[in-house]
Order: sequence, then C-alpha cells, then structure tokens
Amino acid sequence: MTDAETMLLLARWQFGFTIGFHIIFPALSIGLASYLAVVEGLWLKTGRRVYLNLYRYWVKIFALSFGMGVVSGIVMSYQFGTNWSRFSEATGSVLGPLLGYEVLTAFFLEASFLAIMLFGWDRVGRGLHFASTCIVAIGTLISAFWILAANSWMQTPAGYELTDGIFTATSWLEVIFNPSFPYRLAHMVMAAYLATALVVVGAASWQLLRGRVNEETRVMMRMGIPFLAIVSVLQLIAGHAHGENVLEYQPAKLAAMEGHWEPQRRAPVILFAIPDEEAETNRHVIAIPEIGSLVVAGDMDAELPGLRQWQREDRPPMTPVFFGFRVMVGLGVLMILLGLAGSVLLLRGTLERSRLFQRACVAMTPAGFIAILAGWITAEVGRQPWTVYGLMRTAESTSPVTADGVGMSLTVYVFTYLIVFAAGAYYMLRIAAQGPDTGEPEPTTPALAAWVDLHPGAPREGIR
Amino acid sequence: MESALPYIWAGLLVLAVFMYVLLDGFDLGLGILFPFAPEDEDRDVMMNSVAPVWDGNETWLVLGGGGLFAAFPKAYAALMPAVYMPIGFMLVGLIFRGVAFEFRFKARGAMRRFWDQAFHWGSVLAAFAQGLVLGTLVQGIALEDGRYAGGMFDWLTPFSFFTGWALVWGYALLGTGWMIIKMEDELAAWARQAGLLAAAVVVTCIVVVSAWVPMLDVAASARWGIDWPSIDWERLMPLVPIPIAVAVTAWVLFSALRRPHWTHMPFIASVVLFLLGYLGLIVTFYPFIIPYSLTITDAAAAPNAQALLLAGAVILLPVILGYTAYVYWVFRGKATSIAGYH
Repeated sequence: MTDAETMLLLARWQFGFTIGFHIIFPALSIGLASYLAVVEGLWLKTGRRVYLNLYRYWVKIFALSFGMGVVSGIVMSYQFGTNWSRFSEATGSVLGPLLGYEVLTAFFLEASFLAIMLFGWDRVGRGLHFASTCIVAIGTLISAFWILAANSWMQTPAGYELTDGIFTATSWLEVIFNPSFPYRLAHMVMAAYLATALVVVGAASWQLLRGRVNEETRVMMRMGIPFLAIVSVLQLIAGHAHGENVLEYQPAKLAAMEGHWEPQRRAPVILFAIPDEEAETNRHVIAIPEIGSLVVAGDMDAELPGLRQWQREDRPPMTPVFFGFRVMVGLGVLMILLGLAGSVLLLRGTLERSRLFQRACVAMTPAGFIAILAGWITAEVGRQPWTVYGLMRTAESTSPVTADGVGMSLTVYVFTYLIVFAAGAYYMLRIAAQGPDTGEPEPTTPALAAWVDLHPGAPREGIR
Repeated sequence: MESALPYIWAGLLVLAVFMYVLLDGFDLGLGILFPFAPEDEDRDVMMNSVAPVWDGNETWLVLGGGGLFAAFPKAYAALMPAVYMPIGFMLVGLIFRGVAFEFRFKARGAMRRFWDQAFHWGSVLAAFAQGLVLGTLVQGIALEDGRYAGGMFDWLTPFSFFTGWALVWGYALLGTGWMIIKMEDELAAWARQAGLLAAAVVVTCIVVVSAWVPMLDVAASARWGIDWPSIDWERLMPLVPIPIAVAVTAWVLFSALRRPHWTHMPFIASVVLFLLGYLGLIVTFYPFIIPYSLTITDAAAAPNAQALLLAGAVILLPVILGYTAYVYWVFRGKATSIAGYH
C-alpha cells in the first residue's frame, strides 16, 4: 500500500471508531431527554413522588451520557478538517451552514438549559425547571435534525451545483430536505427512543430480579413495555420505507444489503450467506426463494440490483454491509417480540412476576445500541466508495497528512476512549444497578417483595 | 452586501473565538489551578463554581470550528492539517477534563484522585495546545495552491512552545479572576496570591513575545512596521496605543489584586488584557485568515452559504447571549462545596 492508501484506511478507521463511540451517547441522550420531560410533566400533573424519584434516578445517567456525548462530539467537529480537509473544502459551502445551524439552534440551547436541569432545582421554580427539561429534549431533536440533514445530503445529494470541485447550494430546501432525509431522521430518532426504552426496561427488570419491587420499577416497566411494542413496529415500517428509498437512490448499497451479485426479478430473500468478494458469489446460502422483490419493492416482478452491475471501484464492500444489515434487522425483530411478549404479560397482570421475561429484558438492554451501530455500518460502509454519493470519492476527500500522523492520533484516541468510556459505562451501570431512591423503606426479602406486589397501596413501615 | 459578507463573518468568528477564550479560559484556568488549592474541600467549591457553565463555554469552541468550516471552508481545510497534532492534544485534553466534571463526584479513593489529575492535566494540555496553535499562526502557515504543504511537525518550535506555556498562565490568570468573584474568605485570598503570580508571569510573557516576534523572520513583525533593526514609524505609531493600554491595564490588574474589596476588577482587567493581546493579533493577521498566505476574501464560502448562516446568526446570537447571561444569573453568588451536584 502507498502512504496515501494507508492514510485513507487509517482515517476511515479513525472516523468509524470515534463516531461509533460518539453515536451511543447522543442516542441515549435523545431518548432520555424526552423520557425525563415526560416523567417530570407527569410529576407536575399528578404530584406523585414516584415520578420525581424516576427523574432524579435517570437524570444522573442522562448527565453522564450527555457529558460523554459532548466531549466525543467536539472530536467529530474537528476531524472533518484534520483528516478530511479536501472534503471540507469541497462541501463547506453546502454542509457548513447546516452544521453551523446545529451549533446555533441546538448546542447552546442544550448546554445552557442542561445547567438548570442538573443544578437548578433550588434556584428556579418547578415550572421553569420543567421548561428547561423540555427545551433540552427539543434541543436534542433539533441537533438530530441538522446532523442527519448533513449526513443525508452526503448520501443523496440534491439542490447543489458542482463547479471546479466545489459544491454550492442552488436550493437550500432541497439540500436540507434531500431525498433520504425524512426517512433517515424518522429511523434514527426512533432508534434512539427504542434504545433508551430498552435501557429503561432493562434497568427496571434488573431491579425486579433483585426483589426490589416498588412503584418506581413498576412505572418504568408499564411505561416502557407498551412504548417498546408500538415504536418497534413503527420502526419496522420506517425501516422498510427507508429501504425503498435506498433502492431508488443508492441501488449498489441495496445490492450489498440484500447480498445480491446479479440483478434479478423474483429475487430470493437471503437470510444468511458468506459473501465471497473475490469470486463475486455467496457461499453457505440460506434463502427464501422468490419473495425478495416483493419484500423490498412490493412487487414480485420488480428487478433488484446486483453488485456486479457496478465496476469494482464503484462498489461498496458487501460483507460488512450484508452482516450489519442482518444484525440490525435481527435485533429489530427481537425488539418487536419483546414488546409483544411484554404487552401480553402486562395485560395478564403478570409483568412483575415473570422472571424469564425480566431476564430477557436485561439481556436486551444493549440491543438498541448494537442495532444502531449495525445500522450505521450498513448505511456508511454501504455508501462507499463515496463521501458525496456518486460525486466525490472517499479517496479524494482526505487531508494532506501522513499515514504516521493519522495512525498515531488513532492510537491516542483508542486509548483515551477506552479509559474514559469504560469508566463512564462503569459509573452508568453502577447508578443504574443502585436503582431509584424510592423514598420509603425497601422490602428486604423476596417474600416481602411479593407481598408488597400484591398490596400496592398498603403502608410499608411495618413490613421489615 | 456580498463583498461585505466575508468581513462580517470574519468579525463574527473573531467574536466567537474571543467568547471562547474568555469563557472557557476561566474554567480551563480553574483546572490549571486545581491541584494547588489549599484544601480538598476547595477543589469541590472550584468544580461546583463552573459545573453549570463549562459545557456552554466550550460550545463557543464548536461555534469557532463550525463557523470556520461554514464561512471559510478553505481556511478550515488549510489550517486543520497544519495544526493536526496540537488539535489532537487539545481534543484529548478536553475529553479528560470534560468527563472529570461528572466522574469525579461518582468516584472514591484512588479513582477520585485519578479524575482530579485528569481534570488538571486535561485543562493544562488543552490550554497548552491552544497556545501551540496560536504560536503556529503567528509564525505563519505555508500553503501551496491554497492547501497545506508543510509537514506534521512544523508547529513544533521554541516559539510555539513558549506561546503554549504563556496561554496556560493566561488562562490561570482568568481562573484566579473568576475565583476572586465566586469564592469567599481564605480561598479568595489564596486566589489573589495566585493571581499576582499569574499576572506577573503573563505580563512578562507579553513582553517576551513582543520582543521575540521581530526576531523571528516572519511577516508578523512587518505588519507592525518592524524589520529589525529598521523601524517604519509611520506604521508603528498608530499601533502604539495598544502596548500603552497593556501597561495601564497591567497596573490596574496588580492594584486590583491587592485590594480585597475589588472583587470584580481583577477578572475584568484580565479580560481587558486578553482583549488587547487579541487586538494585537488582529492587527498582525488582517487581512489574512491563514497568516500570511490566505486572505479573508479568498477563503470565503459561497455568498449564499455565508448569507444563510448569517441570517441565523443575527437572530440567534443575541438570543444565545441572552440565555447564557440568564444561566450565569441563575447561578450567581458565591460557590459552595455542598451546593450539590445533581
């Protein structure tokens, strides 16, 4: 490999590594901010202490998540320049204002009102505190709006003019609301909500498994499970619509996702295979014949693309895209099943007693994040070899820096992130495991817990 | 209007970077001073005093970087590879100090001491790295066809090391100014002592840099009319008020640090000192955005991009400044060790 090729590879690893770590935290922050706003709203409306306890419990985890999102996000905002300066130069006049608006409309808003959320309890009134929580929640969504508009424009560029290698906008509405943007925004925001719901339900289940049956865990389960059931199904619909959009605008990505080498009508749905990129074929295939075109395009006779339609230098690598897609969809299906099973238990009134289900919830706690990462691999590796789809190659986007420099900084980032984010994950898990402060004596044995479960309204002072 | 856009944006970025230096300057400074505070409880007070505002302060850095990318993509693309390693140091420093705000209050024993150190050394590293970038800019960045053409280590000079070191002291000075406002009794008195030391070092650094730059064979000194040993007085004379103002401000600063009832003046005088140094830099760099090879107009983004973001900035920046001020107002008054982390 030449130095430029090594540099490109290391720069891509650096971007993938840093954004992979980063995306976890904003996803959790988006979900938790909205959850906290709902919980605080319920507290103000009902005056029930359980909602305040839940707020105080989750806001600690939110603060950690937000802090880690901020520091890992600053890395991203400078990496466009350090490793991808030719890309920055070419796209600055289109993407720059979008990112600028993210800072002006979201980052300042979140940072300022976060302060009131975390430290303002004694300094502002309840109404203003609630308003701050809502503003932070809205801020996280505004942030998602802009960054996904920028990402979507790179995937499906529109409203631009390309002169001498520099992109300029001809229509800002077309730039922002480019063809893949609405689908990506809906898909990503729901992914963040789902990942958070799984965390909430997982934490509540952990408490239940430890015999800590209280109003707080009960509320977490009863809010989380129906939410999971509904949103996971909506996510399936949004994901499918996004897939149709990929078929239309990024057919090579779709071919890699589906594992198709040849274009075909009545294509199979490939459940599993080992793609062989050299021989341009799949090995160990498990597939359902005939129905692929129907599933993807809604028409048995629709022709699905095959990767061999493109020159090798214009193709994404199939293996990561193919497996990333399957991991994401597989986890999505598990989420739907978890939501359904939980809803059935909820209707039967046995949600707090089914230990098997609670164990499944604990096991699924990280599933949302894994699905998000798998989805990002599908979307971003599937977009290769382009940074601006079909217009600017990844290899033409790099900075005039050496492979040594990129490799060195990558090494430093890996060490830094491992120390910092391992510690952060540890503190989050520890807080989550402690459970919410219930503000009343805790039942000390499973038998007492069961008794409390059956007598939710009974006073608890005497049951120790 | 279109021809004015690049200059308006240059002005806005100058404002964003100054807001950053001023605001994150004092909270980085607090991190620099952190291990030297007399008592462990003092460290809690110091951390609590900036915990609500550090995130907002740091957002100005994102606005600076994002604004440069949006308004002057060529300058952003030329600068970042030139200061590749200092930017990397800065980011790693900011990561360690940023998470320390949350982690420190959740850790016990050895881990707590680890995050104390992370807060301190992260702050020092971030400040030092920003000083390295500053020194690199003063020395000038060589471009070919508008792109960075130097090596990975061009930033590594005695001069940039000195400016890095100087900025660490500069931020420490801002940190002492903040502490004098927010702390009470012995801790405030300690901050005044530390402020005197930091002010002495900073003023010395300003003198040393002013003497050093003309000796570097760079375009910077020519902009002040100095081509050692010959001096173009016509060029230099209009700029003489800047060093005079520096001298006056330094005198005010030292006086204020010695007068216990002047609680806000040390901070204000430190800010003015920074402002004057900043003014000196603007004089040195103008009309270049990458000294001394890329001008503001040459680096400008497409006019419609600058105009779109300007429309937002004109409306939103006053709003941002408004609610930022509101948050500082909500958290006004003396900081305490128990005012509670959430």
